[in-house]
Amino acid sequence: MSAAVEFRAASYRIGEREILKSLTLTVEAGETLVLLGRSGSGKTTALKMVNGLLLPSAGEVLVDGVATTSWEPVRLKRRIGYVIQEIGLFPHYTVAQNVGLVPQLENWDAPRIRARVDTLLRQVGLDPEQYAARYPAQLSGGQRQRVGVARALAADPSVLLFDEPFGAVDPVTRLDLQKQFLALRRDLGKAAIFVTHDVREALMLATRIALLRDGALELLATPRQFLDAAGHEALAFLACLDWKVDRQ
Amino acid sequence: MNSGLASEIVQLTLEHLTLVLVSMALAIAIAVPAGVLITRRAAWRPWVLGFANVMQTIPSLALFGFLIPVPLIGGIGKRTAIVALVLYALLPIMRNTLVGILGVDAAVRESAVAMGMTGRQLLWRVEMPLAARTILAGIRVATVTTIGTATIAAAIGGGGLGVFIFRGIASVDTAQILAGAVPAACIALAADGALGWVERRFT
Repeated sequence: MSAAVEFRAASYRIGEREILKSLTLTVEAGETLVLLGRSGSGKTTALKMVNGLLLPSAGEVLVDGVATTSWEPVRLKRRIGYVIQEIGLFPHYTVAQNVGLVPQLENWDAPRIRARVDTLLRQVGLDPEQYAARYPAQLSGGQRQRVGVARALAADPSVLLFDEPFGAVDPVTRLDLQKQFLALRRDLGKAAIFVTHDVREALMLATRIALLRDGALELLATPRQFLDAAGHEALAFLACLDWKVDRQ
Repeated sequence: MNSGLASEIVQLTLEHLTLVLVSMALAIAIAVPAGVLITRRAAWRPWVLGFANVMQTIPSLALFGFLIPVPLIGGIGKRTAIVALVLYALLPIMRNTLVGILGVDAAVRESAVAMGMTGRQLLWRVEMPLAARTILAGIRVATVTTIGTATIAAAIGGGGLGVFIFRGIASVDTAQILAGAVPAACIALAADGALGWVERRFT
C-alpha cells in the first residue's frame, strides 16, 4: 500500500531562489508529521505542495500514490483538509454553511450534510444547537479555529494539512485546541502534516518531527529522539524550552 | 400651473427615466464583467481603467458632440445619448468591482481554492457576495451622476428633462429651467436613497 503522502526529491523555486531543496519524506495514515522550522525555512511551501496550491519545480509529491501534477486539481483539493492560521472562514456563511461547504460542493443531499455538520461540531467541542446558525464574526478566535478544523474534516479527507493553525490564539486556548487535536487524531487515524515554529507544540503533537532549515531537511526524528538531537538547528530550537523564570 | 406643462413634465420625466435605466442596465452589463475580468488579468488593468478614466475626463457636452459623427452608434437622438451615458457610467462601476473583489480577504480566497472550489464557484459564492456592497456603491454613484448628466442628452435630441432646461436657457425662462431641474433632482435623490437602502442590506 502506498503512503498517504510522499515527497520524492521535491523542490520548489521562485526564479533563482530555491525555497525547498529536494525534500524526500513519507507520511503514513494515522501519523502526524510536524514540519518544524524558522520563518522562511520552507515549511509552508512544503505543505502547499501537498494539496497542489504549489506544484514542484523538480521531483514530485504523491498523494495516495498519485503525483499531484497528475491529479485533477479540484479533486485533489477536496480530498485534503486544510487549516490555516488566518482560518479563512467565509464571513457571509453561517458556521453550518462553512462546515458543510465541501460536502455541498460534492452534492451531498441536505439531511446528510446537516447530520455531518452536527457530528463535526460536536467532535470539535461546539454545541450545534448553539453555534450552527452563528456567523464567524459572532465567535471567539478559539471557536473560529474549531470551526476551521471541523470544516477541514467535513468531507472525510484522507490527508489533513495544518499551517500554524493555533498560532494566533491565546496560550490557554491554544493548549485546549492542542489537546483536542490529539484526541481527534486518535479517533480519526488520518495522515496529518502540521506546520509550526513552536518546538513545544511540535513535541506535543508529532509522531515524527521534520526539522527544516533554509529549505532543506535537517533532521527527521520522533519527539523522543529530537530531545536528544545534537545538530545545531535542533539545539537552537531545544534552547527555547530551557529558559526558566528566575524566582529569586 | 397649466395642465399642458404638467403633462409635459410627466412625459419628459418618463423619457428621462428610460434614458437612465437603459444606460445603467448597459453600463452594469459591461462594467461588472469587465471589472471581474481585470481582477484576473492584472496586465489589462491600466488599459481598461485608463479607457474608462479618459471617458470620464471628457466634458459631457463635448462627449455628446464627439459621438454625433461616429457611424452606427452616433447621430442625433436617444441612441447616441445612451452610448455617451454608458461611457460615463463605466468607470465607477468597473473600479468598484475591481476594488471589491481584490478586497476579499486573501485567507478567505486561499481557503476557498484549497477546499476545491472551481474558478466559477470562487467568483459566485465568495467573491461576488463579499464584493456586492462595494459594487453597489459604484452603481449608486454612477446612477446619480447619470441622472444629472442625462439632462445634457437634450442637446443632441435625446429628449428627457434637459429639454426644459435648454429651452429655459434659450428663452431666459426660469420656470422652464426649474421644470427640468427640480424633477431631475428629485429622481436623483430618490435613486440615491433607494440604492443606499439596498446597499445597507448587504452587510
